[in-house]
Amino acid sequence: MYNLIGAGLIVIGGGIGLGQIGGKAMEAIARQPEAFGKIQTAMIIIGALLEGLAFGALILGKG
Amino acid sequence: MTSVTAFAESEKSEDGKGNLIDTSEEINAYIKHHLQDSHDFTFYTDGETSTHYSLPLPVIVWDEGLHIFMSSKFHHGESVAESNGKFYLLYHSKIYRTDSEGTITLNDHDHPTNIKPLDFSITKSVVGMLVASILLVWGFSSLARSYKKGPIPTGIGRLLEPLVLYVRDEIAIPNIGEKKYGKYMSFLLTVFFFIWILNLMGMTPLGFNVTGNIAVTTCLALFTMIIYVSSGTKDFWMHTLWMPGVPYVLRPVLAVIELAGFILIKPFSLLVRLYANITAGHFVIMSLIALMITLKAAFGPVASTGVSLFLTLFITVIELLVAFLQAFIFTMLSSLFIGMAVAEHDAH
Repeated sequence: MYNLIGAGLIVIGGGIGLGQIGGKAMEAIARQPEAFGKIQTAMIIIGALLEGLAFGALILGKG
Repeated sequence: MTSVTAFAESEKSEDGKGNLIDTSEEINAYIKHHLQDSHDFTFYTDGETSTHYSLPLPVIVWDEGLHIFMSSKFHHGESVAESNGKFYLLYHSKIYRTDSEGTITLNDHDHPTNIKPLDFSITKSVVGMLVASILLVWGFSSLARSYKKGPIPTGIGRLLEPLVLYVRDEIAIPNIGEKKYGKYMSFLLTVFFFIWILNLMGMTPLGFNVTGNIAVTTCLALFTMIIYVSSGTKDFWMHTLWMPGVPYVLRPVLAVIELAGFILIKPFSLLVRLYANITAGHFVIMSLIALMITLKAAFGPVASTGVSLFLTLFITVIELLVAFLQAFIFTMLSSLFIGMAVAEHDAH
């Protein structure tokens, strides 16, 4: 039961983080559409780092 | 992992013989079984007659001597396999040594106390990796051969060349640098295509789950770790172990943090990301397919199948994207870490 609550908290945190990354990237692309490729790559890298953090927490919570 | 029971409140249904079976529990067991590696290649199981349509794979066990036999001897975990006077039994897809009766003794935590021999079997995941390797060797050797005839590749090479250039121009050169990228290209390309092909094979109904196996991803992450640790420049080690421009008191503390980051945390995040993404993807797809069965009582067979097919289709398309994205991310972060290790700090 507690690990389900923990999983929910992780998803909330990860969701806020991904929303921030995606939203800011959208703003940046809207400001400078010519830098689309670079912004997208950086966005994916930071998204992946966040994802690693969230998945790490999920795996630890499962055990 | 949470259970499917979350949305299917322990539904009961009858099997052909009139016995009550717990559908959601069975689905849970099925999904768990799929996510694990197995010693045979099961295509289809007839639930009513409980016959398995499968290919046996070789079992190689080191237990005070080498034991080699086919996994068909286990009869899908239903019988004891005998080899050179020793008896083995499959228990939750793991091989244990037993007596001729197949006794498994459990301790307080429901873990078997039987001796577990060293298992080097050609399991389903190993078959998956071998198939991926053969595909890689075939595809890239035909690409290399076609360059001898002319500058434009033919056949499968036309598909591979843009991807190779993509890995070089978008991943390796920006992260490692124009001067040093060449040495690491072979590793980055191998890792990229290996992970991508295995992810795609996981999407086929053959049911491979290789990159969702934590041992496989651990090995891949260890390769990356060994490569960037062994190719670290003098500057890199100075910045890791004795950071310049920081008060002397803080330097040992920073060294511990940096070392833990490079030796433990970075490989850990690499391996967990790939493992958890693929496992979660398989879990979600199989849960959505299972909706067909769990929602049947509430909505009827047609509506539940429709809902399930619709959702599964879209998740599968997303998973195809994830398959590429995870291969890309793994290669990207590997080259980023290698780039950190080989960077020259001439700004000081």
